[in-house]
Amino acid sequence: MKKSGGLLIVILVLAIVGPWLSPHDYLSTNFDSIFKSPNLSDGHLFGTDDLGRDLFVRSMLGVRVTLLVAIVASLVSLIIGVTYGAVAGLIGGRVDAVMMRFVDTLYALPFIFLVILLMVAFERNFLLIFVAIGAINWLDMARIVRGQTLSLRERDFVDAARLAGAGTARIIFRHIAPNLLGIVAVYLTLTIPQAILVESFLSFLGLGIQEPQTSLGALVSVGVNQIEGASWVLLIPAALLALMLMSFNFLGDALRDFFDARQAS
Amino acid sequence: MLRYALLRLLGAIPTLLLVIVLAFLMVHAAPGGPFDAERVLPSDVAANIEAAYHIDESLARQFMRYMSGLARGDMGPSYRYRDYTVAELIGSGLPLSLQIGTLAMALALLVGVSAGSVAALKQNSMLDRIVMSFAMTGISIPVFVVAPVLVLLLAVKMHVLPAGWSGTAGAAKFVLPVVTLALPQIAYIARLTRASMIDVLGSDFIRTARAQGLGTRTLIRVHALKPAMLPVLSYMGPAIAAILTGSVVVEEVFSIPGLGQFFVRGALNRDYTLVLGIVIFYATLIISLNLVVDILYATIDPRVRRR
Amino acid sequence: MKSMPLLLLIVALSGIVACGGPEKASDRTSVLNRGLGTEPESLDAHKSRSVQAAAVLRDIGEGLISYTTTGELTSGAAESWEISDDRLTYTFHLKPNAKWSNGDSVTAEHFVFSAARLRDPATAAFYAQFLGDVSTLTAADNETLLINLKRPTPYLLSLLTHPATFPMHPGSLAEYGDGFARPGKLLSNGAYVLTSWVPGSLLTLNRNMHYWNNAATAIDEIRYHVQSLVAVELSRYRVGELDITSEVPSDTFQQVKNEYGDQLHITPEQNVYYYGYNLTKEPFGDSLELRQALSMAIDRELLVEKITSRGEAPAYSWVPPGVENYEPPELSYATLSQEERNKIAQGLYKTAGYDEENPLQLELRYNTSDTHRRIALAIQSMWRDVLGFQVTLINEEFQVLLANMRDREVTQVFRSSWSGDYNDAYAFLGTLQSENAANMPGYASEEFDALLEQAAEQTDLDRRRLYLEEAERVMLADHPAIPIYFYVSKHLVKPNIAGWGDNVLDYHYSQHLSLKAAE
Repeated sequence: MKKSGGLLIVILVLAIVGPWLSPHDYLSTNFDSIFKSPNLSDGHLFGTDDLGRDLFVRSMLGVRVTLLVAIVASLVSLIIGVTYGAVAGLIGGRVDAVMMRFVDTLYALPFIFLVILLMVAFERNFLLIFVAIGAINWLDMARIVRGQTLSLRERDFVDAARLAGAGTARIIFRHIAPNLLGIVAVYLTLTIPQAILVESFLSFLGLGIQEPQTSLGALVSVGVNQIEGASWVLLIPAALLALMLMSFNFLGDALRDFFDARQAS
Repeated sequence: MLRYALLRLLGAIPTLLLVIVLAFLMVHAAPGGPFDAERVLPSDVAANIEAAYHIDESLARQFMRYMSGLARGDMGPSYRYRDYTVAELIGSGLPLSLQIGTLAMALALLVGVSAGSVAALKQNSMLDRIVMSFAMTGISIPVFVVAPVLVLLLAVKMHVLPAGWSGTAGAAKFVLPVVTLALPQIAYIARLTRASMIDVLGSDFIRTARAQGLGTRTLIRVHALKPAMLPVLSYMGPAIAAILTGSVVVEEVFSIPGLGQFFVRGALNRDYTLVLGIVIFYATLIISLNLVVDILYATIDPRVRRR
Repeated sequence: MKSMPLLLLIVALSGIVACGGPEKASDRTSVLNRGLGTEPESLDAHKSRSVQAAAVLRDIGEGLISYTTTGELTSGAAESWEISDDRLTYTFHLKPNAKWSNGDSVTAEHFVFSAARLRDPATAAFYAQFLGDVSTLTAADNETLLINLKRPTPYLLSLLTHPATFPMHPGSLAEYGDGFARPGKLLSNGAYVLTSWVPGSLLTLNRNMHYWNNAATAIDEIRYHVQSLVAVELSRYRVGELDITSEVPSDTFQQVKNEYGDQLHITPEQNVYYYGYNLTKEPFGDSLELRQALSMAIDRELLVEKITSRGEAPAYSWVPPGVENYEPPELSYATLSQEERNKIAQGLYKTAGYDEENPLQLELRYNTSDTHRRIALAIQSMWRDVLGFQVTLINEEFQVLLANMRDREVTQVFRSSWSGDYNDAYAFLGTLQSENAANMPGYASEEFDALLEQAAEQTDLDRRRLYLEEAERVMLADHPAIPIYFYVSKHLVKPNIAGWGDNVLDYHYSQHLSLKAAE
């Protein structure tokens, strides 16, 4: 957990601070230095791209944008999922059954087709799309939160609080919510990589963010054709993307183990 | 059991309707029409074409027309592939998508479950680490990067596999698309299997069985595999969805004329009927598959039925 | 339980074995694998308009007139023709041995039938107005076709090479209705006949035994591979799965050139890449200075050298060079150096009312493509460097851009291109006539329209040409659009292929190609 968390922090700090330290900016083109390989002498740490733009600064910008959209999408799915799941779990009974049947049916939607259609219909509003992705992607979260709430509801400390005269709202916020935090954190770290992959997939289809802004997905999909020539244009953003995905996945796994262990004890 | 299945089936109808309405509204909300091109049509020519395909009518009328066609089993003509009907295109793309998807799924299950079980048995060994880091890599590189890299290595450089689809004979052309598609699923399934196998192996009844002197092989085959498979089985729904998603990229990258490619082309070209047809078809497919998985699950674990 | 994956595997594998068989041609038939690019939308010549459909249709059909490998007009289904002195009546004599692939003779009536179907609103043909200058088509007898024109149309012969004017077999249409354009149904009067079509993947053509010139056809089977990703097409060429590519990717062009220089065919094309202004809205509607400034600040030489870099020619006119009987006039500043242009551009930009404190707010729309992206970025930086404003780039899907261009509501500057349907300056100039549907900028100049109108009335080709050139001169001075470069066609052709001719039309009839014996 420490390693992957540390790696994420390093990438994040680099993404925020890196562009300041570089002598280059993300949009200046230079037609005389197209596809320069990585070198220290002229400050192009990661080389340059197909328009002579500095790849280090652009990669860092890509990390920022990718993280931003992934977090937005995940937060949206978190908010909808937790609310829906907690309500279903707490109320229980027939309402719960109906709400969960609805979730089951939504699972049947061909998710990626909806995303493509959304992208085509709301073209150009990049962030909105991720709100939409989040809005579609809350199903797992709702299921898990509901399960947890169901089991928490029966626990002794909730009964104790109820006996002590606590209201429902107080029970949710003081007793249930803090106990959900762990599982929610786990699923958040596992939803972020999914959102990152969706973003890169949309970029590959040409439905991504507008130039000269960029994302890791956009950088990778442009770089793919340079495997044999200017390979760093593919390898560097792809490595960053893979590192971020791995870190989030490891982090999620480690968090899960941690909370599992805590729950068991 | 029959009642359970019937109930699930009935529950699927409103979902399907919802999918149709949503998809219909979205394709029509997208700017641009199916017959826009750089070579702009003179207005009376455009009017003729729109009338021929009824896209000059109001949205409500178009929807009614579409639904009444659908009720008769007619999904209409494709707007982009003008010599074909949507039914013909689905008929031509489906076998390929199905074959590639099933193969990828089978490969993912075989390799994923075996790798996961091995890793679980040799927990924390070198082998475990190798398997698990491979699995991690599998879910960390987008399919659209893996595919061209594999083509470059195995087709262009080493000449062991074909680079493209059309006109290539034999089963060799299936290898790269199937492997590319299966890769992330192998990774997920291996991780799931490993985790749940470790759980099961640590449980009391396995310890009892082991104490009774059962060999590892029998232990896994007879006692551990079935309960350890439950999480994998419940992952089948998402896995099918993921394979579907992946097939969009894989079919695009390898130029396979399957449903995924038709869908992407259709969405980009505003081929309204084709897009709707494929969405409806896939929604039906996913609903039925989920149904099958649920029933399977209920067979293995009777508690589910009473939930 | 454990047998489930195995079962799946067996089911899937049996499917593969069942479908894996018949793709290999027998050893005696010669096969040519051609990359096609995207899928033809239809092989009904009246329902298609893409370059890809036209390429296939030229193999499976033949018009009255055809082209040689070098792009010269030559006889097709017509053996000879006469033109009346007033240039209003053309008389075509068909080849008596011109046959359909079912053995029927190709008659003059089949051309009349096709033209009537093309113009019939019920057909909903894209090119319904293609023969707008033709008043009547009449079959004098089976082998004689008369075409009467409303006005002299010097490019008529060139029109008659277009698939939309190819003959159609009335019997076949009566039998199959609109679904006639399918393998096994589609009759051909060309060198090849369509034998199979896997949508989204592969079209297979085989030798048409009844074709009048079948003896000269060298290759037995042509396979057109639908390959929408250029990078994949290139890989397939490299491993030998394709003999001819439809494109060469721009981003790896240098590598391709180094590796396959001798197999690379780069030829100027009659196709102009341009940025259009929306003239119906601010800021371009009434600011000639601004339009000229933006155009002058683009360093076209640098652009074609560093960005497109496949041998494209910088464009200083609307009509590409090499169009028959035409010498395009150039933009006034074509002879200046880029520094001089920049200086003037800066002055014009100020005159138009913009400067550093008050920079131009502008949006540039282009459709999703790697080349368009790179050009837009390069021009963005040129405008920033010379004029000091940052244009907002908006990348749209093609269908969205087209809709926006047509509506002229949100567009300001947009990317587009135009290629002529026939080899004549009017094919380019006509698009900017105020009433033309393809007039994307919304250019409306009475003077320009009048000059084109006068040109159309001329029977003398040299006088017509003068009117056309004057019209272009007037239009260029108005700057309704920024011509940026003229396309080149790009193909990789395997060295064992003979008969390939580079031509400005980028037409490469399969019947002209042959395979050299292995050395």
